[in-house]
Amino acid sequence: MANNNNDPYKALGVGREATAGDIRRAYRKLAKKHHPDLNPGNKAAEEKFKKISVAYDLLSDPDKRARFDRGEIDASGQERPERHFYRGHAEGTGGRRYAGGAAGAEGFGAGSQEDLGDILGEFFRARGGHGEPIQMRGRDQAYQLTVDFLDAVNGATRRLTLPDGRTLDVTIPPGVEEGQVLRLRGQGGPGLNGGPPGDALIEIGIAPHPYFRREGNDVHLELPVTLSEAALGARVSVPTPRSSVTMTIPKHSDTGTRLRLRGRGVAEHGGKPAGDEYVTLKVVIGPVDAALENFLRDWKPEQPTDPRRSLTEAA
Amino acid sequence: MITLERVCAMIGGLQRSELERWIAEDWVQPDRRGDEPVFDEIDVARVRLIVDLRRDLQLDEEALPVVLSLIDQLYAARRRMRLLCRAIEEAGSDELTHVVLRRFSEQAGPAGAPGEPPRAG
Repeated sequence: MANNNNDPYKALGVGREATAGDIRRAYRKLAKKHHPDLNPGNKAAEEKFKKISVAYDLLSDPDKRARFDRGEIDASGQERPERHFYRGHAEGTGGRRYAGGAAGAEGFGAGSQEDLGDILGEFFRARGGHGEPIQMRGRDQAYQLTVDFLDAVNGATRRLTLPDGRTLDVTIPPGVEEGQVLRLRGQGGPGLNGGPPGDALIEIGIAPHPYFRREGNDVHLELPVTLSEAALGARVSVPTPRSSVTMTIPKHSDTGTRLRLRGRGVAEHGGKPAGDEYVTLKVVIGPVDAALENFLRDWKPEQPTDPRRSLTEAA
Repeated sequence: MITLERVCAMIGGLQRSELERWIAEDWVQPDRRGDEPVFDEIDVARVRLIVDLRRDLQLDEEALPVVLSLIDQLYAARRRMRLLCRAIEEAGSDELTHVVLRRFSEQAGPAGAPGEPPRAG
């Protein structure tokens, strides 16, 4: 049953007899104070906000609240899905997009000195006060790791041997992009005077694949087919990043015909659905025998075409 | 690549017309592909923030741009501060970082107490 830590009434600071209005007011008041995006740099705010959000989810739903009051459910298991707050993006380079509104705030004029001190303390690796030996976080160390095309598409674990002989198991998330940097906490340089170690920053390179090509979450493949497969249609086996699948080539296809295999691209990751595989047909005639020669010599197409028409018109 | 429909589907109770208005006001600035807005994760996080501000924090659309502008200024200043600190770290030795940090804490005074004004030189 609900222990004190998990008591949603306690989290919102209201009594059991609180009305729906009381609960809403209490939640809004706390949300104003603890919203993580309004408290950048305050790690506790996110935990606190999560707690009150979960409490409010439970108590604002009359049905759930009644079941909680009867002891049928407790506040655990009411977790919200992991949320990426704006503050996690806003200070990165992507945040520049929204810095335009800050035209007047180019300098560091804003904020009291204490704020500035807190910020410096938070941003610098070194921490310490007057006269104490300064503890210092170790340096971040950068490495490069080139992974196979398919590992980047599907995700994988790869072992990286560092110059100092240590090995690191790096989890490559599916859909990793060329140039993306993976951060391994605490795997960088050692700290000073008991400070924490830095991080290892691993820049990912992706080796090209002989057949597949990638665009975002989609994978592209050029698939050679015979003249008769293209003209008459066929069921053929097509490689995808995870396995081979059977695909129907519609009749009257041609070089350049593009077919889609839904969900066969980059695996689902980070809330993004799986990408698709696009298959572009390429008709390969192959060795020509006497029968084909004879057929073509006698063949009078109903609709003669000139595949070079656009070229001649352009000249 | 996240479409407008998908953002509305991800965030319960968000109306398409509402989001379109926010884009027209430049409160959310997705990329464009042709005529269609395309959202990055930062844009989605920002939409969530605006939904929180409107719904939970009860800001009306008159007050919202003021708050957003202050938030943007806050994050811009923090981003620049972060870059400054990184530049100091990369430019010098650990020793330099120590000196900068020590001087700074001397000027700022003990945490919570008002410090002396910084002096030039």
